[in-house]
Amino acid sequence: MVKKTDLGPILEGHPFFDGMDEGARKLIVGCAKNAVFHDDDMVYKEGAAADTFYLIRHGSIALEVHTPAREPLVIETLSNGEILGWSWLVPPYRCRFDARAIGVVRAIAIDAKCLRGKCEKDHSLGYQFYKQFLPVISSRLGAARLQMIDMYGDPIAYAQKTQAVEKDTLPAKPTPGKVKKAKGKKS
Amino acid sequence: MTQAQVKYAGTAVADPMTPVLFEVGKIKRELSDTFTLELISQSGNPFSFKPGQFTMLYQFGVGEVPISISGDPLNPSKLTHTIRAVGKVTEAMMRLKKGDMVGVRGPFGTNWPVEAAEGSDVVIITGGVGLAPLRPAIYHLLANRKRYGNICIYYGARTPEDILFRKQLEKWRGRFDLKVEVTVDRALAGWNGRVGVVTKLLDLGGFDADQTVAMVCGPEVMMRFSVRALNELGVRNDSIYVSMERNMKCAVGFCGHCQYGSAFVCKDGPVFPFSDLEEIFDVREL
Ligand SMILES: Cc1cc2nc3c(=O)[nH]c(=O)nc-3n(C[C@H](O)[C@H](O)[C@H](O)COP(=O)(O)OP(=O)(O)OC[C@H]3O[C@@H](n4cnc5c(N)ncnc54)[C@H](O)[C@@H]3O)c2cc1C
Ligand code: FES
Repeated sequence: MVKKTDLGPILEGHPFFDGMDEGARKLIVGCAKNAVFHDDDMVYKEGAAADTFYLIRHGSIALEVHTPAREPLVIETLSNGEILGWSWLVPPYRCRFDARAIGVVRAIAIDAKCLRGKCEKDHSLGYQFYKQFLPVISSRLGAARLQMIDMYGDPIAYAQKTQAVEKDTLPAKPTPGKVKKAKGKKS
Repeated sequence: MTQAQVKYAGTAVADPMTPVLFEVGKIKRELSDTFTLELISQSGNPFSFKPGQFTMLYQFGVGEVPISISGDPLNPSKLTHTIRAVGKVTEAMMRLKKGDMVGVRGPFGTNWPVEAAEGSDVVIITGGVGLAPLRPAIYHLLANRKRYGNICIYYGARTPEDILFRKQLEKWRGRFDLKVEVTVDRALAGWNGRVGVVTKLLDLGGFDADQTVAMVCGPEVMMRFSVRALNELGVRNDSIYVSMERNMKCAVGFCGHCQYGSAFVCKDGPVFPFSDLEEIFDVREL
């Protein structure tokens, strides 16, 4: 459910706007609306047009990947003060994951299509936006890489993955009944 | 000498090379590969230790391994260890039963700077089984709660099923004078907690970087990124403490097995101020 109110002061208090100049902030207010999601509401679905992004004020949103015949996997949760959605900045402007509310979520929905238009017209505004978003994208990428290395996982698998440990330097697993007969010798 | 290197009064070891007999009083399966042993001294003497110290635990006929003490330092009648079965000795230990005997040497090594941290905020960042060596420090902080500023415990695990001491974390989370946040690297839909790397929890703040002592324990890669994130928030390296692991044999600085740069982890560590390690921490060959 999306509501319209005076969002200027709310936007000012959101960490995303730290360091952004007032003119740019005012322009964004014109593209912003209040949004409330209830537990389990889909905020958006993978593949949908990325025409909105969200500044989360309260609550948590799970980013999920769906694979056929398996339960959805949560790859990240975002909460108070964070931003949901940056696919609106990158063609083909499609959402990359599902986003689902965990409990009640209050957010500010920003019309990204409208903002894209404004950035196209005013490149200095566009530059400011990319400057605000790049650190977000970069820290998400860093976090995703750390998650990928599975640092708390099975130490043997971990050693193989991170230190390129040769298989035969790891403790051998016994394989009964698979002893090779030496060539040319009769037993 | 830094605070972490001050040995706890009363932890002197009579003969550090001779194992003392302890009986397994209780064994509790924590996770599929992790268990807690409660050991009772056959001599009846209390086992005093400082948070962060470790013992050499001997499984007769199999081998000896360094394991941090995970119990309450205020209750020295029990010696508690939380162990992840990763190989020959630790897997054999997972098969121990109530009444079995093990050998114990120690306690050894430096401790978490719980006294030096008095008057400061304390942030604990830990992952996986790394919570076990920090649990005695948490017991100490809570028993002396009024001596500290804000206390934050930030814990990361692989999945919700891998959260160590889950009930205890939930209990601590219910306190008004403690900030406890848990995150997992991955989860199935239905998990209502956080998903993301442990370093992200630092963005939640809850401590004053200038006045904070940080204690970090987990896989080395996790500690590396945690230190980086703490630095970015303004926490200095001499206020960050990490617990290191290296292969050990003697545990008293004789054999050189645990050498790490110019230090021996068994006697100069395992708890080091990060400022002592910053030159060597990123050296891959060490
Ligand atoms: C000071 C100190 C405190 C420790 N505290 C604890 C503790 O509280 N709880 C606990 O479970 N463990 C702790 N450890 C680690 C523990 O000592 C080792 O897991 C143990 O020695 C492994 O012995 P093993 O014979 O079972 O395995 P091994 O047969 O020696 O090793 C099997 C496999 O596990 C890998 N491995 C061995 N040690 C580690 C390790 N530390 N981390 C990741 N992979 C490893 C090896 O590379 C090998 O591939 C501590 C280590 C030190 C130095
Ligand atoms: S284990 Fe022998 S010197 Fe450290």
